[in-house]
Amino acid sequence: MTSVIHDIGYRHYDGKRLGRAYAVRSLFTHNLRAAYGLGRPVKAKIMPFLLGAIMLMPAAISVAVTAIAAQVGAGRDIQLIRYSAYAIYLQPLIAIFLAAQAPVLASRDLRFHVTPLYFSRPMSRLDYVLAKYGAFTTALYMLLATPVTILYIGALVTKQKHIGSHTVHWLAALAGCLIFALVLAGLGLVVAAFTPRRGFGVTAVMAVYLLSTTAVAAVQGIAENQTQFGVAQWAGMFAPFNLVDGVQVWALRAKASAPEPPPSGLGGPVFTLVCAALIVGCVAILYLRFRKAGAK
Amino acid sequence: MSIIATRGLSMRFPGVLALDQLTVDIEPGVVGLVGANGAGKSTLIKILLGLLEPTSGQAQVLGFDAARDSMKIRELVGYMPEHDCLPPDVSATEFIVHVARISGLPPTAARERAADTLRHVGLYEERYRPIGGYSTGMRQRVKLAQALVHDPKLVFLDEPTNGLDPAGRDEMLALVRRIGGQFGISVLVTSHLLGELERVADHLVIIDGGRLLRSQAVSAFTQVSGVLVVEVEEEMDRLGEHLARTGLHVRPDGRLLLIDIADESTYDVIRDSVADLGLALVRMENRRHRIEEVFS
Repeated sequence: MTSVIHDIGYRHYDGKRLGRAYAVRSLFTHNLRAAYGLGRPVKAKIMPFLLGAIMLMPAAISVAVTAIAAQVGAGRDIQLIRYSAYAIYLQPLIAIFLAAQAPVLASRDLRFHVTPLYFSRPMSRLDYVLAKYGAFTTALYMLLATPVTILYIGALVTKQKHIGSHTVHWLAALAGCLIFALVLAGLGLVVAAFTPRRGFGVTAVMAVYLLSTTAVAAVQGIAENQTQFGVAQWAGMFAPFNLVDGVQVWALRAKASAPEPPPSGLGGPVFTLVCAALIVGCVAILYLRFRKAGAK
Repeated sequence: MSIIATRGLSMRFPGVLALDQLTVDIEPGVVGLVGANGAGKSTLIKILLGLLEPTSGQAQVLGFDAARDSMKIRELVGYMPEHDCLPPDVSATEFIVHVARISGLPPTAARERAADTLRHVGLYEERYRPIGGYSTGMRQRVKLAQALVHDPKLVFLDEPTNGLDPAGRDEMLALVRRIGGQFGISVLVTSHLLGELERVADHLVIIDGGRLLRSQAVSAFTQVSGVLVVEVEEEMDRLGEHLARTGLHVRPDGRLLLIDIADESTYDVIRDSVADLGLALVRMENRRHRIEEVFS
């Protein structure tokens, strides 16, 4: 017997060709996988999975402590972490995830000039931007909503009182997580899209988070010292986590978790409008960025 | 039917006229697009793909208008850009499957076509390793595979031999020839090296400074010129003088004599003259035009 590899020659493809919606969906999946390093070497998986695991720990510990407390009859004194406060408590960790993974989605294609391959296929630039934005939002949503859901499951398992209001708060927190994910994904992608080198991208995203948060905290501290509580509350709008928390407080009836709640009266609607404008603005900026990039 | 047709196509960038009233019709087959760097080759391809909007004029690809129906065109063509366009952290298999799906191939078909195409371009075991570790030759093959994976009707290959060593060049040119022949896919291939395209193309389009210099079948470039080339071992001058006396138009060209063919008898006159003078005839052949003459 001879061991010859037979070249069967070139075969044309005459099967089904799915349209643009499928192409966009494929790009979405590809980027969602990329956000967690899937389909890439182990090195790319370490950071997102490590951060994902750390994100779960406070929720798991909270559930465990509550369960033990219930066992020893101290259930009344111990409460689970509030669902809507989880993202605020863990914001440094979320910011690290954002900084580490935003460049993977936003600037990798620019840095390695992959965009011409997408734009020479049946896909518009807006399709491309929306698929990326959607993928990163979903990745962040998974990061935020999973621990919150673990808390809720913990509440069910440990048979917490007022489980009905637990359910309402949990659902409201899931909506809050989506707003967090939309705002943070937008900001992260925009900053990273203008810094093609990954290292700069990570630093830039981190810098935007730290500067906005510390500047707002400083302004709030000074304002409160001078009993300008209105100024302190309005200032919260300029730090992303504080902004979204304001929307949670006003639109989702959550208890304030950020240092300052939104100002009463006009504060809630304004925070919500700013949030919406931020999301739309980020899509617009990303679209313009990639429109220029593809034509070179 | 022509696969590409342009009418008065002009493209003006700030300070540069990249294409100047280009009107050309291209038939199916392997077509070489030749021009010096900056002659407008890449610009033409980008206009044909709808990635750039021409300043004036029209272009049609496979019967579709490049400005209006670019989505339809992009479904039917493949594009291999000139520059590096591959992400380093994914394997060739992962990337080509992804690209196939972006082109509309269902998941199973995408995997099959990716495997087939990578085999056709000559990538075997290495296709499971991240692209970052590939040689230039392997990268060029991956770039070619992404242009072919969706079985297009026409591929644009922009400088596919760029950066390859002589052996790599030969292999790439053989692949280009196979795509046009065995695969039955029309090819528009660019190069700044005329000699390369002369070997693989059926038809050559030569542009210079954005203007059409010549569009002709390769055979027409190299057709018989009506001049005989004669080489003798010694005493070339004596033969030249002898032939001139018989009324033939003779000019020396290095170690060769160039003789205009007056009629059928010219061959006999030369043979008899050589015999009469007792010279050693090395060769006597019809001179063909060389493609390089177009530029002189």
